[in-house]
Amino acid sequence: MADLLSESGKQLLLGNEAITRGLFEAGVRFASTYPGTPSSEVGNLLEEYSERAGMYFEFSSNEKTAVEVAAAAASSGVRSFAFMKHVGLNVAADPLMTLAYSGVRAGMVIMSADDPSAHSSQNEQDNRYYSTLALIPMVEPSDPQEAKDFLREAYAISEKLGLPLLYRTTTRVNHARADVVLGSIMTDTPLKGHFEKDDRHFVNIPAFAVHNRVRLLERMKQAAELSEASPLNRIEGEGDIGVITSGVSYCYVKECVSGVSILKLGFTNPLPEKKIADFIRGRKAVVVVEELEPFLEDQVLRICAQNGISVHVYGKRDGTLPREWEFSPDTMQRLKDIVTVYPAPVPMKGTELTLPGRPPSLCAGCPHRGIYAATKRAVGKTPVVYCSDIGCYTLGVQPPFGTADFIICMGGGAGAAGGFAQATDQKAIAFIGDSTFFHAGVQPLTSALFNRHNIVMVILDNRTTAMTGHQPNPGTGRHFGGIDTDSVDIESVVKGIGVGFVRTVDPYDVLSCVKVMREAIEYDGVAVVISKCPCPLLLKKERTLAKKVCYVDQDKCVRCYTCLRTIACPALIKKDERVEVDPSQCIGCGMCANVCPKKSIEVRQ
Amino acid sequence: MKYSVQIVGVGGQGVLLASMVLGTAAMRAGYKVRMSEVHGMAQRGGSVLSTLRFGDDVVSPLEATGGADLIMGFEPMETVRSMKLGSRDTAVLMNLDPVYPGNVAAGFDTYPGIDVLLNEIKSRNDHVVTVEATEIALKAGKAVAANAVMIGAVAAMKGFPLGRDLLKEVLLETVPPKSTDLNSKAFDMGYEAVSKHD
Repeated sequence: MADLLSESGKQLLLGNEAITRGLFEAGVRFASTYPGTPSSEVGNLLEEYSERAGMYFEFSSNEKTAVEVAAAAASSGVRSFAFMKHVGLNVAADPLMTLAYSGVRAGMVIMSADDPSAHSSQNEQDNRYYSTLALIPMVEPSDPQEAKDFLREAYAISEKLGLPLLYRTTTRVNHARADVVLGSIMTDTPLKGHFEKDDRHFVNIPAFAVHNRVRLLERMKQAAELSEASPLNRIEGEGDIGVITSGVSYCYVKECVSGVSILKLGFTNPLPEKKIADFIRGRKAVVVVEELEPFLEDQVLRICAQNGISVHVYGKRDGTLPREWEFSPDTMQRLKDIVTVYPAPVPMKGTELTLPGRPPSLCAGCPHRGIYAATKRAVGKTPVVYCSDIGCYTLGVQPPFGTADFIICMGGGAGAAGGFAQATDQKAIAFIGDSTFFHAGVQPLTSALFNRHNIVMVILDNRTTAMTGHQPNPGTGRHFGGIDTDSVDIESVVKGIGVGFVRTVDPYDVLSCVKVMREAIEYDGVAVVISKCPCPLLLKKERTLAKKVCYVDQDKCVRCYTCLRTIACPALIKKDERVEVDPSQCIGCGMCANVCPKKSIEVRQ
Repeated sequence: MKYSVQIVGVGGQGVLLASMVLGTAAMRAGYKVRMSEVHGMAQRGGSVLSTLRFGDDVVSPLEATGGADLIMGFEPMETVRSMKLGSRDTAVLMNLDPVYPGNVAAGFDTYPGIDVLLNEIKSRNDHVVTVEATEIALKAGKAVAANAVMIGAVAAMKGFPLGRDLLKEVLLETVPPKSTDLNSKAFDMGYEAVSKHD
């Protein structure tokens, strides 16, 4: 297994492991995040390694805070790293835009892990545009080796310019694995800094902000010069046709296309315009290969126009390459009339059988199953809108639950619930996880109270940030890196802001939850139900899951299938007419026993 | 030389572990290695795919559709679902022991017959090798060793470029020390099962 503090050598590293190692090689002393896939593993690794590596690391309550704490560190002379998934940068966009005006004193890198093809995301936004919006430099690695090596370069660029830098990766970089050669660990960067006050730069009142923008534009001119000379932008191979590419797309070009000259861009904002113009001039044609939006292509077209270069640019604007889906070697076949592409293999014909699907689903014994089953029963025929949020509980969209009607973003369900309550006659029920509640749930709850929205908020408190790999959150307290903190009590927070109806329930006791949910639905005003039960996957990881198993008494069972229809636990198996328990999956939570009308299921120790 | 393996199965079957073992062995054999893994939501009992490519000069972490030299199928239905990853020339190692999806287990859907699934592949490809990995693992001691059976089996596949000793060595370094005997036995039984096949 990976040893990210080993002195040297070659290891088979996941992109995110390589990035973590890269932080040590770049002398980063301060890191912060809110977990989000495909960046999540970096946080788990830093939880494990940061203290030994001589780095302060925290899970902040959201990405905005993560960028703010890292900005303070870098403004005080400490190299810092804030990282998140692409949509997390939307949350952190507010500090980012003005941080560029302030600038930083030590290197600061913000990693945005984008997710083309939305493997684990709600959208596929192309965050490269944040670099042009905020006016900050951007670096894009193509593979795990570069993901590690480019960090050192990124910090040098950030410090030369006094600006935060956007480090843009994608799923196929973060979750690619490759043999990676380690470099030396940097040990001479300061652990503590001192904040030298400088109002004109760090206090962006209008009178100062306008001047800071002038300074920022000057710095970006300097950045353009750095980009022209940067080894991260290099030319490979020879041919009449030039290919301009960045990120993982480079790997597909390199593997599948031959006989071309490639301009491989790693420093992608600002672009090396002179280098690009020189590369294009005299070519028979140019192909721009990049995933998602025509970020490079549009600038290449402008550079052609401004330099009087007349050459056809193949890419997304002329329909040669798609804007939808992530790229793969298959995508390169779309270039076969323009350049030499290795012949595509002939795949076996797909099956014509209708195969049962295998979507991801809530785990056996997942407490969300209990509170969903109870809510459905309490709601009955009442017209409702189930607002959901970002976490494992989005899986409630599937049958038999159907407890997710509206999902947009972190905290978005809680906010939207108030809108549905006002704009419709449907009852609005918002589900939100514990980590998501601390991330973006407190504010909409406050707003609902303030505006007297008639909503029910169900906080699914499974004592962890489950979906991204069980990171701690304010509700669990922190116990790593030499820092121990108490948990922030959700019930106290909710009561503290003045919610009139607050109940905490055990989701494994489904029938009791039904009663509480009925009261909550009937309550006039803002009602909060806290469904509190630890994630069994976490308990398994921590080896604290009690050994119990459910057992169906076939003599008492009347084959009504209430258990299957309401809890639908994967540990319940229907064999012919009988319901049986798969002991390899069952954790003995007893939800099925709780809803069985004949009490034919018992939990055995 | 370039060789690519597509490992398909269900979250929890040890697909990621198997790809790590194969990848580490490939690196130790002196090859460049490129892999791509599915993390996050897909691990909640869903279909899982892991791509491994190694050789003298590999760059891409993904393989072209149809381009696999070997499909390592941890689960019969998932193997059939992923057939298009390979061509008629692809070697297919297929575990015949099923993992039922939630909907099937709950009685709302039916799992196709194993012979039907097998026939789907055999009608398209003459290089199919089957193994009953869970069955063999149980004989070795425990069902969880099914992935060790699969790794042993792959070592015996015709044309597979990584050696038996190397794979076993890496496997035993990767699994917890207390399960060394179990995994060692399961690996050998997997290897034998495929050797007999030829």
